[in-house]
Amino acid sequence: MGMAHALASSIGGIKTAGDLVARMQLKKMRLTEAKAYVAEKLGVGVVDLSDSTLMRSLREELDIGVVTAVPGVAKGLEAKARIADLLDIRINCVERLKCKMTKADNPAPQTAGLA
Amino acid sequence: MGDASMVEMSRDDLRRDLVEGTETAAQKGKIPPLDENELDYLEDMFACPSRIWGVERGHEAVMTKDGSVNTLCSSRLSSGVAAPIGREQAIRLFETAFAYDSMEVGHLDYSVKPCKFIATVEQEHMELLQHITILPLFYGFMPNLGLYYQPDGSFPNPSDLLPLGKIDEARKAQEEALEACREDTVWLSRQMVDVAADGINYDTVASTGDAEFLATLRACEEISATTDMAVEIGMAAELVLGFHGELKYDGTRLAGLWPHQQLKVVERAGAAIFGPVVNNNSKKSCPWNVARAVTFIKACTAEATIPIHPNVGNGVGGVPMFEVSPIDMVTRASAAMIEIGRADGL
Repeated sequence: MGMAHALASSIGGIKTAGDLVARMQLKKMRLTEAKAYVAEKLGVGVVDLSDSTLMRSLREELDIGVVTAVPGVAKGLEAKARIADLLDIRINCVERLKCKMTKADNPAPQTAGLA
Repeated sequence: MGDASMVEMSRDDLRRDLVEGTETAAQKGKIPPLDENELDYLEDMFACPSRIWGVERGHEAVMTKDGSVNTLCSSRLSSGVAAPIGREQAIRLFETAFAYDSMEVGHLDYSVKPCKFIATVEQEHMELLQHITILPLFYGFMPNLGLYYQPDGSFPNPSDLLPLGKIDEARKAQEEALEACREDTVWLSRQMVDVAADGINYDTVASTGDAEFLATLRACEEISATTDMAVEIGMAAELVLGFHGELKYDGTRLAGLWPHQQLKVVERAGAAIFGPVVNNNSKKSCPWNVARAVTFIKACTAEATIPIHPNVGNGVGGVPMFEVSPIDMVTRASAAMIEIGRADGL
């Protein structure tokens, strides 16, 4: 079931730029806005975001993690730290890593508090 | 058909079912039906002999997943294959082998009530996975207010009280139970904030009606306003049942809300993503069900300010009600949701 949807409709996860667009949707951006934002940050066209040929090379060049097993390319949290910089967003686990490195408390939320 | 059985239809029959499906949704929800161009797209899609259908290049959308990796690790209750692998392995497979856009950590016993007792185990899974994965990770569970009622829980069961005409007692039980459910939902969500989850997915919301919906909206409001964790709310059904009947959120009565009306209160509660449901009629054809489903979703996406990820699992969103749905229909329902329903994801 999930695979059928992924084949028919998905951007393509870390094979392309699906994870990056998904991160912007977590910031409440709708699809068109999220794609435009990511495309601008990557310096590519919106249609390129689901181009696995282009994105495979670009992800390795940007060192933000690739779908295949390539030694030396950023993995997991390393890749997410670079993605946070690239997209200019906060990623919770990256913020936590920064706190662990400085022995600070867990990061304070950006939100203004309970309305 | 809506039960996944094969059927042959003429072009005229196909068009008739598409028109009936969209008009049924329009009448129920008091929303616009699909226009002729949209019906033409659906007719061509269903008439095409190709096994697999898909969205146009450039129209791809974001996949979020409820039920975590149960399709790999669970049994037939989640159409699962009971693969002999752990959750970490399964989630890594979804990230790399299946190239999913996002993924969810969740327990096999997927309701908040059982999960809160094993929260530290769940936190450990989330922490480990945040180290080794790249895609956004949600933690998912169902508020499932039903477990708070007797015999599973401590509150009197409205389903026992209502047939006896004890309306006030049934309402009081729901008001008390929903507060306990809200507290648990907020507490478990905060455990996931502590281990840096990217988001939380409240799934199968309002399965027991308006009281559960209210508990979830209140929890969403608190988590969205006080943390950096995104909240996704995925519904259980297309209509919020009025088991209580008088509960309101921010002035809106919850009983009887259709998807495009649910969206408004979900947005006000601060959710980042909304997952509406449109139920299937297993006795109607797939074209009828898809036309009806995308009509409801189009009404949501026309007004949404947050991403809309309609549910497209077995028996909802135009996907037939069967354990192993045919790929012909899953891919067509999938593409129709995005091309005609204008969904931001699934």
